[in-house]
Amino acid sequence: MTASEALLRVERLRIEVPTRRGILVAVDDVSFAILPGEVLGVVGESGAGKSLTGAAVIGLLEPPLRIAGGQILLDGRRIDNLPYEAMRRIRGKEIGAIFQDPLTSLNPLYTIGRQLVETIRTHLDLGSAASHERALSLLREVGISGAEQRIDHYPHQFSGGMRQRVVIALALAANPRLIIADEPTTALDVSIQAQIIALLKRLGREHGTAIMLVTHDMGVIAETADHVAVMYAGRIVEIGPVRTIIAEPRHPYTVGLMQSIPRIGGRRERLRQIDGMMPRLNAIPAGCPYHPRCPEAFDRCLRERPDLLAAPGSEAACWLYDRVPAEADRAAHG
Amino acid sequence: MAEPAPLLEVRGLKRYFDASPSAFERLFRGGSRLWVKALDGISLAIQRGETFSLVGESGCGKSTAARCIVGLYPPSAGAIVFDGIDVGALRSRRALALVQRRMQMIFQDPYASLDPRWRVRNIIAEPLTTHGVVTDKAELRTRVGDLLQQVGLSAADGDKYPHEFSGGQRQRISIARALAARPEFLICDEPTSALDVSVQAQILNLMKDLQRQFGLTYLFISHNLAVIYQISDRVGVMYLGRLVEVAAADRLFRRPCHPYTRLLLETIPRLDPQGERDPVAGEVPNPIDPPPGCAFHPRCPFANDRCRQERPELIEAEGTLVACHAVEEGRLPVEPRAA
Repeated sequence: MTASEALLRVERLRIEVPTRRGILVAVDDVSFAILPGEVLGVVGESGAGKSLTGAAVIGLLEPPLRIAGGQILLDGRRIDNLPYEAMRRIRGKEIGAIFQDPLTSLNPLYTIGRQLVETIRTHLDLGSAASHERALSLLREVGISGAEQRIDHYPHQFSGGMRQRVVIALALAANPRLIIADEPTTALDVSIQAQIIALLKRLGREHGTAIMLVTHDMGVIAETADHVAVMYAGRIVEIGPVRTIIAEPRHPYTVGLMQSIPRIGGRRERLRQIDGMMPRLNAIPAGCPYHPRCPEAFDRCLRERPDLLAAPGSEAACWLYDRVPAEADRAAHG
Repeated sequence: MAEPAPLLEVRGLKRYFDASPSAFERLFRGGSRLWVKALDGISLAIQRGETFSLVGESGCGKSTAARCIVGLYPPSAGAIVFDGIDVGALRSRRALALVQRRMQMIFQDPYASLDPRWRVRNIIAEPLTTHGVVTDKAELRTRVGDLLQQVGLSAADGDKYPHEFSGGQRQRISIARALAARPEFLICDEPTSALDVSVQAQILNLMKDLQRQFGLTYLFISHNLAVIYQISDRVGVMYLGRLVEVAAADRLFRRPCHPYTRLLLETIPRLDPQGERDPVAGEVPNPIDPPPGCAFHPRCPFANDRCRQERPELIEAEGTLVACHAVEEGRLPVEPRAA
């Protein structure tokens, strides 16, 4: 994948939070790229840094959180250091956002039509009649039946699933090339969730929209994403094609994560579990941050932190996949 | 073979909520009383030592059922019989307290269900002191320490406050509190829904271990079918306040009968997607104004005129309990699902 093809490139992103007891690193050394029309799933437990990474891309990190290193490139142009106004124009126009709770993205006091038209007119050079027309076609596109009547309704008159469709319509209003979707189906029932997943996939296919899909649900990733990045304690521990990672995860954390997902079918016995829990930001262990829970850990894991290494089928931040054994490495340098 | 008497039996349980406009509005602007039929007549029996689960989408009434059974909501109609005792007929507070001590509830949100101002030790000891089970201070301390260890924490954790624990650990504390008074029956309302998947596995395993150790009976509420599959012996599927199918867990997942059960099983995201799925259209209708006949008919591909007019009752068909005219009439063949 060359740099020119990627729509979004995140390079060595680092996000910090200053606290009274010093600076905590919430996200560190995160790099990935998304091509047009591609869906990148970002998966991890709460606190792994997946939502922060999404917020950084869209320029919505809440202070005191701040980008402390690395860069974010949209179509080759740096967007992480833009002034507020310039970023505001990109947000909505070039990057759309969908969040978990549709109610927080909608203004309860305005009809959904007014919110759509306002968004369209902010970003596109359209008259009021044309904007109204576009709002209607967006509602139809996201599968809201009776769009002509529904356009005059207020958010509270919609069900949860329908509201999330309205939020998607809003995110699409200006034809963005990238959508950041943070847990877009988590608040929805499974049957509605399947409808929303199908809708997101169709968008990528038909409009070439690139999607960064942040979720803790591996099932949603499996159904939707082309590539997946697994995050743990602020870093990407494994990244690669979704089929490969689900069938043959390489990083011991990904292996544990996949095994702990309850499945239907097969024997019903104890679930495989990962003992312990993800470390807090102020207590990330030295070496590989996963080593205290890792069944494969050996002495090198306690001392040195692995970067992403080429593993069969994916890239994993794990010393098991280091091609040059540590002994040989030392000998070469010594 | 005669079935042993169930530990819990629920007959025709209903719970309606008043959603009417205020009396003032009704008087001056017209409008009539409106009732949300959150629970519209369910019957079930849970055997000692088994895990019975209720599954369904938001608003289907599964949590309302749990809350009625544990006594948090008075039922609008119906009977709850616990170990042969009709709970609704109990008049003295003492008798009621004796029954309630034998059943405990675990809630979904471990952040909201623990008082942040109390030390964990006191949170766990509360059921013991309220019910007057243990009065001796030293004995109380030992009991709390034992409980903490049983759920995988240490006795020293009793001195801490809830905020010092992660979500999974808090759920362990909730379980320790629920177990404190040595109940026989635990009602678990989405106990792992707020947890990450690796933590969920820890909690589900813990619940299975405790069940084996203490011979507990569980009523388990979840919207997550994979979790239901892993933990349940029998499953009741709910839709709009009613049970539409009740079956043994492996049977339900292998040969679902009711069209709604089939839809639920179809829509779970799979780790090995088999090509593009065609998501079923439609949503759960408004419980204030449920459709006539079978509540599922607007979304059901097999609905006919009878389904639109006559409400199906839960009857024995195909070896399970199912409320569906199409299955009853043999219009809808029941075939094993492809795994």
